[in-house]
Amino acid sequence: MAAVHGDAHSHGHDDHHPSGIMRWITTTNHKDIGTMYLWFSFAMFLVGGTLAMGIRAELFQPGIQILEPELFNQFTTLHGLIMVFGAIMPAFVGFANWQVPLMIGAPDMAFARMNNWSFWLLPVAATLLVSSFFVPGGAAAGGWTFYPPLSTQGGLGVDLMIFAVHILGASSIMGSINIITTILNMRAPGMTLMKMPMFVWTWLITAYLLVLVMPVLAGTVTMLLTDRHFGTSFFNAAGGGDPVMFQHIFWFFGHPEVYIMILPSFGIVSEVIPTFSRKPLFGYSSMVYATASIAILSCVVWAHHMFTAGMPTVGQLFFMYATMLIAVPTGVKVFNWTATMWRGSMTFETPMLFAIGFIFLFVIGGFSGVICAIVPIDIQVQDTYYVIAHFHYVLVSGSLFALFAGAYYWIPKWTGRMYNETLGKWHFWLSMFFFNLTFFVQHFLGLAGMPRRIPDYNLQFADFNMVSSIGAFGFGLTQLLFLYVMINCIRSGEKAPQKPWDGATTLEWTHLPTPAPYHSFEKPPVVN
Amino acid sequence: MRSKSVVALTGVFALALYSSMAIGSKYNLPEPQSVIAKDIYDQHIVLMWICLVIFIGVFGVMFYSILKHRKSLGYKAANFHHSTAVEVIWTVIPCIILVVMALPATKTVIAMKDTSNPDMTIKATGYQWMWGYDYLQGEGEGISFFSKLSTPKSQVENKEPKGENYLLEVDNRVVVPAGKRIRIILTANDVIHAWWVPALGVKQDAIPGFIRDTWFTADKPGIYRGQCAELCGKDHGYMPIVVEVLEAGEYAKWVAAQTKNSAVKTSMHVTK
Repeated sequence: MAAVHGDAHSHGHDDHHPSGIMRWITTTNHKDIGTMYLWFSFAMFLVGGTLAMGIRAELFQPGIQILEPELFNQFTTLHGLIMVFGAIMPAFVGFANWQVPLMIGAPDMAFARMNNWSFWLLPVAATLLVSSFFVPGGAAAGGWTFYPPLSTQGGLGVDLMIFAVHILGASSIMGSINIITTILNMRAPGMTLMKMPMFVWTWLITAYLLVLVMPVLAGTVTMLLTDRHFGTSFFNAAGGGDPVMFQHIFWFFGHPEVYIMILPSFGIVSEVIPTFSRKPLFGYSSMVYATASIAILSCVVWAHHMFTAGMPTVGQLFFMYATMLIAVPTGVKVFNWTATMWRGSMTFETPMLFAIGFIFLFVIGGFSGVICAIVPIDIQVQDTYYVIAHFHYVLVSGSLFALFAGAYYWIPKWTGRMYNETLGKWHFWLSMFFFNLTFFVQHFLGLAGMPRRIPDYNLQFADFNMVSSIGAFGFGLTQLLFLYVMINCIRSGEKAPQKPWDGATTLEWTHLPTPAPYHSFEKPPVVN
Repeated sequence: MRSKSVVALTGVFALALYSSMAIGSKYNLPEPQSVIAKDIYDQHIVLMWICLVIFIGVFGVMFYSILKHRKSLGYKAANFHHSTAVEVIWTVIPCIILVVMALPATKTVIAMKDTSNPDMTIKATGYQWMWGYDYLQGEGEGISFFSKLSTPKSQVENKEPKGENYLLEVDNRVVVPAGKRIRIILTANDVIHAWWVPALGVKQDAIPGFIRDTWFTADKPGIYRGQCAELCGKDHGYMPIVVEVLEAGEYAKWVAAQTKNSAVKTSMHVTK
């Protein structure tokens, strides 16, 4: 692969790359592509967020006010799909595009043209998803998990969703092959695997998970497609198939997917915490092993999503034990972050606040995860608001908070300008407050017996739903503040020094000027 | 020794106090009405305590560090970055805690899955969007009916004030005797549904083309309400489950009344 390294910075073309819109359409530069991924994912975050606002508006009071049940189901379905596949995953790929080459001292991604293609597939898939609201029958309404036979019943919207998932899957696979190849072949001399920054490690492991499970998802949606249109009966009992088989295949993808969305967050937090503690990451190698064990375990726990589907006692026990086991490496990570902060010399800029907020709330999500893993308790909380609360604690205050931490942390390097610290802190504290207002009460709703995915509910659930909706509107508005802070930073932020964070130790801070030049590390740095 | 037992006793009292406070509150699982539901309820309480202790431990340390180890207080950073002994300890301790959690759960799982020797067997069939019930075996054998939401549409559309059991009321309740072991066999006619009655600690998906089963023994008479728990389309939120538990004598009367109307039932059966 030395050839790749050589070709990537053959000289001359950087001086006359196209300008205007053609620059973005034809670019093969990892920074341009990373930027596009991040803007795309933020746009999708706003679309998915708007759907969430619709859901919470309907649930503000009992009775049907705004969304008829069918449309409500379309909103919940597309909210899930857009947030998972359109917002969170591409945002992490955006971070990988920007940061992996900078952190390992590579000039660009290994497959620069494929990188362009894997990004430009995304707007196509997003268009399919969003436009499905306007086709006859409306968007898919069977939940983001689209279990058959319900998803077999849907209209054209389901087919659009299936194609969108295919395209998103192709994009993810290309993106992850690119990341794996880049990390394994293009590290600067002296940067052995065990010297890589944690963010790079977590993405390497995540990329392997993606390559493992995205084809499974593609397979299962294809089976659904042929069941719908070509007379097969994979998931239709009347034709000899089994609807529960879909759930097994889907969750074989779906559970590793959960970790695909959280492992890179662990990486970001593992960069931010040491920087602002001015102290090296505690237990680096145990962090690597913990990440790898989480990834491996995540492939053998899928049926914990199906405890109420009915499976043999031994099956339930196996999946319960395996799931509980994940708490061990996850606990190791939390202890390591705490030990990193211990006797550090901490400051609390916005990235650090989001990282600490991440640990605090992610642990709550982890606890509710262990509680959900216990089969008897899961029987009660499965498909209730308790589960909604659980996974929003790991996905919103987990993945999303880590993304915010990363955005504030690296934006000076990307743009050459500082964000407004006061507004950044406002963004954090408002997010923290409204997030908990929205989701903490949902634990109570679930325990008291409110099922998920219902547009209307008994009066006993009214107070908490109103609180949750108010929180959600506040959380949604707060994210516009984030948009303002970022635009303000890009357009008129103060000039940032090469290393605005004095505790930072990775290559992008120590070896590159701010902003990072369009072409960086054309000569690889030497790492001791 | 003495101080230890005092501590233990205080712990037990605190646990009991907390548990009794929580029963019937809107912050916890509904008051359990069967052995399994009771097990679930108790295990959930114990887990909450374990989580709370860990939470206080971890974040006690973290927030102490956040308060004291600040640059603004002039604290100089140490430079340690690993300790094998500490790392082994905090890997092993969680494993032990998990075993403690898993043991009672395993017993309950085995009890939940054991559907043998029922006193009565009822088949529940999920339809879009109602439930059908067939009493297959035991007292009341042959009884069969549909159970639909009875909340008027006008309440859903906010044209009338909503009743206490809004969306949790049906035209025909599933009636069972107290203290008997009831096996529920589940299937569905169209898409996947789930039969869930929180107070009885029962939730099981009903899958078209397949048979699943579960069981419960209700401790005492009462009316226990639940809902379909698996997204089943447009009216997923409108197919509640209401179980009415009667004393044995009352139940026998109910069965007699139902058998009198068998003609009606047969016609219902045919339309299915």
